[in-house]
Amino acid sequence: MNWFVAHFAEIVFYVLAACTLAGAVGVIGFRNPVSAALSLLGTFLSVAGLFILMHAEFLAAVQILVYAGGIMVLFLFVIMLVNIEQAELEERFNKQWHVATLAAVVLGGLLFLVFRRGHNIFPTTVQQFPESTNSQNVGLLLYQNYMMPFEIASLLLLVAIVGAVVMAKKRI
Amino acid sequence: MGEISTLHYLVVAAALFIIGVIGVLTRRNVVIILMSIELILNAVNLNLVAFSRLYNLQGQVFSIFIMADAAAEAAVGLGIIIAFFRNKETVNMDEVDLLKW
Repeated sequence: MNWFVAHFAEIVFYVLAACTLAGAVGVIGFRNPVSAALSLLGTFLSVAGLFILMHAEFLAAVQILVYAGGIMVLFLFVIMLVNIEQAELEERFNKQWHVATLAAVVLGGLLFLVFRRGHNIFPTTVQQFPESTNSQNVGLLLYQNYMMPFEIASLLLLVAIVGAVVMAKKRI
Repeated sequence: MGEISTLHYLVVAAALFIIGVIGVLTRRNVVIILMSIELILNAVNLNLVAFSRLYNLQGQVFSIFIMADAAAEAAVGLGIIIAFFRNKETVNMDEVDLLKW
């Protein structure tokens, strides 16, 4: 019990990491698109938990709002509009899955090499940001230093809205 | 078990990235390919926030912009899927071959 309390942060990290990777494997593994969408939702929530563990509370809230609340609903609506009965009967993987898996394994090897060679380039001490003002500090950065990308992001979202509505309409 | 360092988060992000890449390259259903792209973007966000712990909050601000961009891209991509499905009645990636030789 004492060990459990003393290592609570590590236990939470490993549980969240396992949920994240299990959800990701579920996304690429399920035959039914709705099951894959719910698995992706599990991944999003676990990543939000990892953000909280890294003291990025504002980002965790934005992750849940945008990803779990917006993008997941979008995916589920489109899966509803698109016929899924025939999608369940079809093959899961396409014709090039041998080469694709080999390429992914090579990418994994490359990332492993990067971790081995470069793990002492970066500083090791973690900055102690005050947790209670994470949102305030991120908001100050957004409105002072990064005002221009903020406005451009709003323009980008407007363009995306107009584009998506025009493309999904029956008659323009 | 030791302290959870930056490397732990980077490994989780790298594994998520590779699973997303496998999903994009191997699945046939177009909607699931878009979901795998969202996995890749989440892996990048994890990476950015893990490194932002060592320096300042700029990594988290960049992560917010990536989330806004991912929302816009998911909306446009799903609109394309709807428009394509209206013409061809399939969500199979192998049958998106009108421009093939």
